[in-house]
Amino acid sequence: MSENDVIKVEGLTKVFNHSLVAVDHIDFSVKQGEIFGFLGPNGAGKTTTINMLITIMKPTEGHASILGGDIAKQSTDVRGAIGVVPQEYTADEDLTGMENILLCADLYGISRSLSKKRALDLLQLVELTAFKDKRVQTFSGGMRRRLELACGLINRPKVLFLDEPTLGLDVQTRAATWNYVKMLKKEFGMTLFLTTHYLEEADALCDRIAIIDHGKIIVTGTPTELKDSLGGDIITLAVQKDEDITGLIRKVEHVKEVKKENGSYTIKSSSGELTAPLIIEALRKNGHVVTKLSLTKPTLNEVYLMYTGKSMRDAEESREGVMQQRMAMRRAHR
Amino acid sequence: MTAEMNKMGTVDNGNVSKSKLHGLWALTNRELKKWYQQPFVFIMGIIQPILWLALLGKAMNISAMFTSTALPQLPQLNPPLTPGQALTLGQYFSGFSSSIMSSTFNTADYFSFMSMSMVAFTTVFTTAFVGMSVVWDRRLGFMNKVLSTPVSRSAIILSKVFAASVRAIFQSLIVTAIAFALGLQTGSNFSAFSLFGIFAIVFLISMGLASFFTALTLRSTRMEMPQAIFQLITLPLMFASSAYFPIKLMPDWLQAIANVNPLSYTIDAVRRLMVYSDGFGPLPLDFAYVGIFAVVVTAICVVLSWRYLNK
Repeated sequence: MSENDVIKVEGLTKVFNHSLVAVDHIDFSVKQGEIFGFLGPNGAGKTTTINMLITIMKPTEGHASILGGDIAKQSTDVRGAIGVVPQEYTADEDLTGMENILLCADLYGISRSLSKKRALDLLQLVELTAFKDKRVQTFSGGMRRRLELACGLINRPKVLFLDEPTLGLDVQTRAATWNYVKMLKKEFGMTLFLTTHYLEEADALCDRIAIIDHGKIIVTGTPTELKDSLGGDIITLAVQKDEDITGLIRKVEHVKEVKKENGSYTIKSSSGELTAPLIIEALRKNGHVVTKLSLTKPTLNEVYLMYTGKSMRDAEESREGVMQQRMAMRRAHR
Repeated sequence: MTAEMNKMGTVDNGNVSKSKLHGLWALTNRELKKWYQQPFVFIMGIIQPILWLALLGKAMNISAMFTSTALPQLPQLNPPLTPGQALTLGQYFSGFSSSIMSSTFNTADYFSFMSMSMVAFTTVFTTAFVGMSVVWDRRLGFMNKVLSTPVSRSAIILSKVFAASVRAIFQSLIVTAIAFALGLQTGSNFSAFSLFGIFAIVFLISMGLASFFTALTLRSTRMEMPQAIFQLITLPLMFASSAYFPIKLMPDWLQAIANVNPLSYTIDAVRRLMVYSDGFGPLPLDFAYVGIFAVVVTAICVVLSWRYLNK
């Protein structure tokens, strides 16, 4: 952890009802101007972590500081310095878009003259100016999400927390939200902490990612670092002759590892695009005809698979199973 | 704000309020907007006291029980009364009904007695719904959003309490106006200032009751919780008070409960200001009792909110 860290977390833990460990001794730090993502399936402990950092939930153990302010001892100062875009649509449906933003401004104690100007700027930023006097109950999901973003920015925070910012949004609105997030970093140098269970979202947005599962951080790194940790691109090929060509392939540039399985070869390379033609050429020169070839770039799903031993989808499904089990237990105890 | 926080370049909000209760007015205003911008809820709030007063207040025509027409056919006296004796007896019983009403209820009729307790009754209803509003804000995530801002926990609670008080004062005005329209007979204590007195006592009792209902639902996320509390508490609260019947005629054990029930003191204050004619004697006690109740319960609720609003 360095001087430049905006968020510092040490041994943060949350235990519910003395038994359910939602967050288990996690350590991480977020640098100024960085987009840091918490990636994990539902129920992994992402929202619990964010709730502790935004000071609405008390940690059972451990410490965290934001902009130098301790989340437990200086919670009011921390709350004043951060912005929050929650997972739910929290805007008051009975109020208009403008009234909702002004309400948020009042909660931060911003004077009315300043907040009106800021609210208009923010409505323009999230392209809701035309709807500012319409009640929120008439807004679509995407519009509500944008309004939440505007509310979260009213105090011009240096650190913005986004909890599942694109949950339940269509592809177009998701892309638009990503653009807003990128712009906040680029234009305002804002530090962003977001949680997501979408691998492609973490890949597209985050400078660094922490993969969290069962309340523990499994691994932290940039998306590239994490993908590179798998050993690079994977080329799978088969040849006509039943002859071992492992040695031949290993001599090709950029090839890191070759494995023969069920008659086909799995090759790890630091650059698949460069290596594939070189391998074909080397094999052709030695009289081999390639019958099958595929190139796979590692994705975060593979990273996730490697570090947790299961794919995100499996994790989601097993989590659902656990939730159903818990609900059944609750019903049984009533 | 720590030096390190400043160094890291925290927010510059310009004229940021340093008041401990900033946001109180904004949150109270939100509650009130949700009330008066909903015509259905607003009108229902007016219709409800009309129904209570017109149906219950007028149906319980207790003074009619003490008129000659309410008596069954009496057996003929033998020998029959002379016209002179009948006239004397008639004169003796002519003031009987009003005398009973006056000694029992301290008012000219039961409607005047009961209608003023409706002021307190609507306050109980109005404040009981504050608990539901707390649970609703939790369920919709609005509470979490407010909790993540620097607004104080006290302001969150007090906004609910103040909004309920404003609604209760408005309702009390409506109830009083309807009672006048339906034939309320004021006592000699009544003056234009009585209305201000009613507003003051309604403000105090609604603060206390709203804080009480809020405190009970601070941690709840289930709608069943405030509903159950409402059903459990409101009826005993009303019946173990002087709302429908004078305390002095209740059994001893019920008198003991009614005598500590703050609603009894509220109702007594309202009646004393509006329909009684025997001076303002216990009025300071009524205000002191309800005032202390309001301050103590609100303080307890605020202290609990510091502890229990966070998860």
